[in-house]
Amino acid sequence: MAENVETVKGTSLWRDAWRRLLKNKLAVFGLIVMCVMVIAVTIGPAIIRWTTGFTFDYIPPEGELIKSFPPSLKHPMGTDDSGRDILARVLQGGRISLMVGVISTIVSLIVGVSYGATAGYLGGKIDNFMMRVVDIIYAIPYILIVIVLLSVFGGPNTPEWIQTIANFFGGGQGLSQIILLFFALGLVSWLTMARVVRGQILSLKNQEFVMAARATGVSTTSIIFRHLVPNALGPVIVYATLTIPSVMLSEAFLSFLGIGVQAPFASWGSLAADGIKNISVFPWQLIFPGVTMALTLFSLNFLGDGLRDALDPQTRKF
Amino acid sequence: MSIQNGTILSVTNLKTYFQTEDGVVKAVDGITFELKRGETLGIVGESGSGKSVTNLSIMRLIPEPPGKIVDGDIIFDGIDVRKLSIDEIRKIRGKRIAMIFQDPMTSLNPFLKISTQLMEVTQLHLKHSKKEAYQHAIKMLEVVGIPDAENRVNSYPHEFSGGMRQRVMIAMALSCEPELLIADEPTTALDVTIQAQILELIKNLKEKLGTSVILITHDLGVVAGMTEKIIVMYAGKVFEIAPTAELFATSANPYTKGLLKSVPDPAHEQGTELYQIPGLPPDVSNLPPGCPFSPRCEKVQDICTREYPPFVQINENHFSLCHFAKEVYTESLGESRVSL
Repeated sequence: MAENVETVKGTSLWRDAWRRLLKNKLAVFGLIVMCVMVIAVTIGPAIIRWTTGFTFDYIPPEGELIKSFPPSLKHPMGTDDSGRDILARVLQGGRISLMVGVISTIVSLIVGVSYGATAGYLGGKIDNFMMRVVDIIYAIPYILIVIVLLSVFGGPNTPEWIQTIANFFGGGQGLSQIILLFFALGLVSWLTMARVVRGQILSLKNQEFVMAARATGVSTTSIIFRHLVPNALGPVIVYATLTIPSVMLSEAFLSFLGIGVQAPFASWGSLAADGIKNISVFPWQLIFPGVTMALTLFSLNFLGDGLRDALDPQTRKF
Repeated sequence: MSIQNGTILSVTNLKTYFQTEDGVVKAVDGITFELKRGETLGIVGESGSGKSVTNLSIMRLIPEPPGKIVDGDIIFDGIDVRKLSIDEIRKIRGKRIAMIFQDPMTSLNPFLKISTQLMEVTQLHLKHSKKEAYQHAIKMLEVVGIPDAENRVNSYPHEFSGGMRQRVMIAMALSCEPELLIADEPTTALDVTIQAQILELIKNLKEKLGTSVILITHDLGVVAGMTEKIIVMYAGKVFEIAPTAELFATSANPYTKGLLKSVPDPAHEQGTELYQIPGLPPDVSNLPPGCPFSPRCEKVQDICTREYPPFVQINENHFSLCHFAKEVYTESLGESRVSL
């Protein structure tokens, strides 16, 4: 054996993927927009209130209230029919919309990954049964499930634990409705995730390193979550990035129909629903929330596509 | 650990069958052998002869379904392996019986650091703390001859070459100082020089730790210098058991003789054809009634296709499954005298 061995710092898989992601212009655009959007919705509403002296509801102080005012310097996106500043409302709504997207995706990640990985690894009859359950839930239109869940558990029937969570975050009925929405959307969006993960695990579980792990006495749970799931992470991340916009779209759709987020809370969907009433007279009330949302969804999709290309070794370009 | 002359593993009449769409595949059909402490046993045979399945059965790693150990006893150090629960067998796997696999390129998890994978074994079986396990991992890498172990322990498998990965696999297998090491074609995927190094390493470590070794291979050259005893398998059955030197010099089985003749000789005359056993390994789900080797055997007689051959004892440690075992043995004796 050689005495002097130079240690070469290898490029890890993630650094490699990151480098390839940065070469994709659309993905970088998506990434920047998302960063700006996240920062804006987090601190934006507070800054606006602080700099302009608007009230809690983003209404200018007494005497300056103008309902449905067109875009101007003071109100860059105009005001709505109650005189609230639309920019502030859009940012505040974005907070809810993004949160619905992210939290529901996390719920779908946890449920989908565990479910899919278990089914894929155990295989046989268990796999068959578990995947048929997924097929059955798949066959029911998911919007229907969400509507049923929201109407059964919404309003006065909200389960106590959801109210407890809502109260913990200082909200009332409106907030528990939103939390219910998180869970409802999460519970229907894990299905595809489970299928994606199962497929990955199926192709991985016959590799020798799994046999080697079994031969060293590692338990089934450890093999699934320590050895197999990290190997399936690439497709999972990609799919999760693409789940966020689709969940956000569902949320907007539900809120637009009046089932989802309700006043005093706002989301892009409910803002659009408010705006559509006055579309012929005050078009900015619909256009601004709509455009912001479209921009966000575009960016997330670009980012997801970019990640898929970056993490997929088959499309690797050197 | 001192080398005792007790039996560490005894396998009796082991039968492992696989249920497939084309019927029952008798991958291992009535294997019997014994392994003493500190002894090295070679298992030789063509692809599909049941070498790997035998050893996966010992570790109870047969995928169920479709596979199943239908009959036989596997006694490891007085423990009936077949009767153990999954949790109990897990405590033996990796700790008392360890395994090295054929392809070092795929038997390490590409997403986990070498250290994580080495630490997992000792944390699991020796209840090491993170720190102890880490130190132990470095020590084991040094033992198997990885230079600069302290830094390399934090590498990922793809930063290692094939030979180094096989060294890591050996380090992992020997971490808990197992009593039995099963090496399933450990050098098949490596080139010849690395092959020699790895075999030398296994041999040295085996002597140092007093581990018993089962070496599975289809390369007779590999077992020649390593083992004390060889089992030749064909179609899920033991065709011949003999001490290594005796098997090479005076084989009592036409199949073994065919295998020995098939090893390419460097002195082979150019232009002439290399020897090979005619035909293909049999379909184990559909064996002929007589000797499974009869369709390919040079010395085939009527009785071979009609009756299943007896397991003939040649001398104390030498057995052969053949109707004409004694005749073949005498013939081999003659040949070896000629060559001497």
